[in-house]
Amino acid sequence: MPKQIILAAHFPGVNNTTVWSDPRAGSQIAFDSFEYLARTAERGKFDFFFLAEGLRLREQRGLIHDLDVVGRPDTITVLAALAAVTTHLGLAGTLNATYHEPYELARQLATLDHLSGGRAAWNVVTSPGAFFGENFRRGGFLDHADRYVRAGEFIETARTLWDTDGGEFAVTNSQFDIRGRFGVPRSPQGHPVILQAGDSDGGRELAARHADAIFSRHHQLDDARRFYRDVKDRLAGYGRAEDSLKIIPGVSYVLGDSDADAQEKAHHIRRQQVSPQTAILLLEQLWNTDLSGYDPEGPLPEIDPVLDESDTIIKGRAGMYPDRLATANEWRARAEAKNLSIRDLIIEVTGRQNFIGTASRVAEQLDEYVQTGACDGFILVPHLTPAGLDDFVDQVVPLLQERGVFRTAYSGTTLRGNLGLA
Amino acid sequence: MTLHLAIALDGDSFAAADWTTPVRQADEARLDFVTFQDSFGGRRPDAVQVAARVAPLTRHVGLVPVATTTHTEPFHLSTALATLDHVSRGRAGWQVRVSADPAEAALLGRRAPLEFDDLFAEAGDVIEVVRRLWDSWEDDAIIKDVATGRFIDRDKLHYIDFAGAHFSVKGPSIVPRPPQGQPVVAALAHDERVWSRLDVDVYFVTPDDAGQAATIVRRLPGKKVFADLAVSGRTTAETADLIAAWSATGLAGFRLHPGGDHGVRAITGELVPELRRRGLFTPSPRRRLRERLGLPPAVNRYQEVARA
Repeated sequence: MPKQIILAAHFPGVNNTTVWSDPRAGSQIAFDSFEYLARTAERGKFDFFFLAEGLRLREQRGLIHDLDVVGRPDTITVLAALAAVTTHLGLAGTLNATYHEPYELARQLATLDHLSGGRAAWNVVTSPGAFFGENFRRGGFLDHADRYVRAGEFIETARTLWDTDGGEFAVTNSQFDIRGRFGVPRSPQGHPVILQAGDSDGGRELAARHADAIFSRHHQLDDARRFYRDVKDRLAGYGRAEDSLKIIPGVSYVLGDSDADAQEKAHHIRRQQVSPQTAILLLEQLWNTDLSGYDPEGPLPEIDPVLDESDTIIKGRAGMYPDRLATANEWRARAEAKNLSIRDLIIEVTGRQNFIGTASRVAEQLDEYVQTGACDGFILVPHLTPAGLDDFVDQVVPLLQERGVFRTAYSGTTLRGNLGLA
Repeated sequence: MTLHLAIALDGDSFAAADWTTPVRQADEARLDFVTFQDSFGGRRPDAVQVAARVAPLTRHVGLVPVATTTHTEPFHLSTALATLDHVSRGRAGWQVRVSADPAEAALLGRRAPLEFDDLFAEAGDVIEVVRRLWDSWEDDAIIKDVATGRFIDRDKLHYIDFAGAHFSVKGPSIVPRPPQGQPVVAALAHDERVWSRLDVDVYFVTPDDAGQAATIVRRLPGKKVFADLAVSGRTTAETADLIAAWSATGLAGFRLHPGGDHGVRAITGELVPELRRRGLFTPSPRRRLRERLGLPPAVNRYQEVARA
């Protein structure tokens, strides 16, 4: 039997991947939208639904960012509500290890696992910056170097609490000193599924040691295989089997009646994702300075990027450009060679969709990734709320089922069971 | 006058059906709200999640979880309750709880227990922050203006810039303003020292008799005062008689404690019909909890400032 593909549905996020200007785009906050996408994913026999977390609204140039979707719900509250309208679908959410506490979070996740009948999953991230900290009692207290220490100790502590079956615990480590009665009896999964997001070396090591799955970035086939191999090879060091850690990149896709039709649709979506205003804003993220005076339909700036990383123009988002000047020179050369405006260039160099083609081509490519050791499945990131996965579920899922690489009915009774995790 | 009726659920089950069944019964009987007990260290599920879990399965009944101000981050409290209001389409409330228990503090490991004055002063700060965050988005902040590429009008989002003795919060909220604007905030008022410290809409009290109930109501002008009433140990007729006798005290209503597994069914199946027969309870046709309780529309404090 060929390897089975894991599929997850990412609720559209607060970045320019999500197109709000399309007439079909629905509310990012009404429960109907969450329910619709979750029901669609369950109709498609997906493994889980995924929801990211907000801790502070993004800012650029010291102002609240207003060009993308803004505003989202509290993660675990929505997941608990979705447990009422779904039966088999896993319910995964990002919950930040910096701005939550182990007792409270372990209790919430165990509660969700009970109330959903064994479908809870936690995506662990950390944020060292002071920016988010301004919304929290403890402020931005975490050194960058300590973020994986905190994440690791947080996970270990949560697992200790889950193993008490509601009884007494005492944990003392570098981040926590807590004790008492946990109060939640063992939940259906025992331990909710743990995902780790982040492709850095520290993130890979954390995942190899503690996680059930990695929510990774998408890579081209060869790079993806190297990443996959690197992470899986780390498992033996922790006494873990190779299939005990799933690698699931977040990916976007565009379907068309023909490959050419799909390419055309993809370009149209890219233009929706990169409005003239967004083009300037994305350019500023590299240049690290105010470029509002530039014409998005004109040439790239001749001035060089600002290299001071201590005060970046964008707040609330991870840095993306290790060498600003080199990237800027590369972009300028490319724009000049192909006579591209700022907006054209940004459309080319940022966030092109990962899989573009007919349903049959996309099914074939996804399957190739999984069968040739590039990943174990995909977290699909639709560009429209809430109906962005309809075409995938209607067209691609049946083809994957025909290929024998995706379930036609749920077999496990928990998310762990469906994922093939112990 | 018609009274409001609520039920206090304090079960310890982790099975979803043990919550959905009684809350659906309360919903079908058109009770005004249910409260969900909670505390740290207790053997019961997280109340906000239980409320969210039953929200999509009910249409009328208000959902009022207990949540503790002392340890939970005020930002998380505000966004979780705002989200409960979104998923329930305007039926969320919050029963404020404080924690003076050292054993609870040790579960979190972040701070020593506070003394009474500090504890309630801080709870007052937390309620203030939670409320400011609910108002930090004006209702019409989302504009989706394709011409200028703007999803929101950022002038309609507000930093709350709260700085108190124990914490500070910048804002704005990550959650757009909840459907009710301000979900209903409730608290126990057994100790009258809390009365002036907490900005709440609903108080729960336990008067000994009708005279004492009337006195408390007089001393809490503008608040909806509910009497907590244990149903077990009384017949339906006795409970109805008691409610009738206290109905002229100015109490907004009663929060009934069912006691035992069949208590909710006894309330919805027997007591509620009896009270309706006596003209003491008429179900509200309103769907939002504020409106059910006759609370005024929640004016956005920042919108007021912007207009002034």
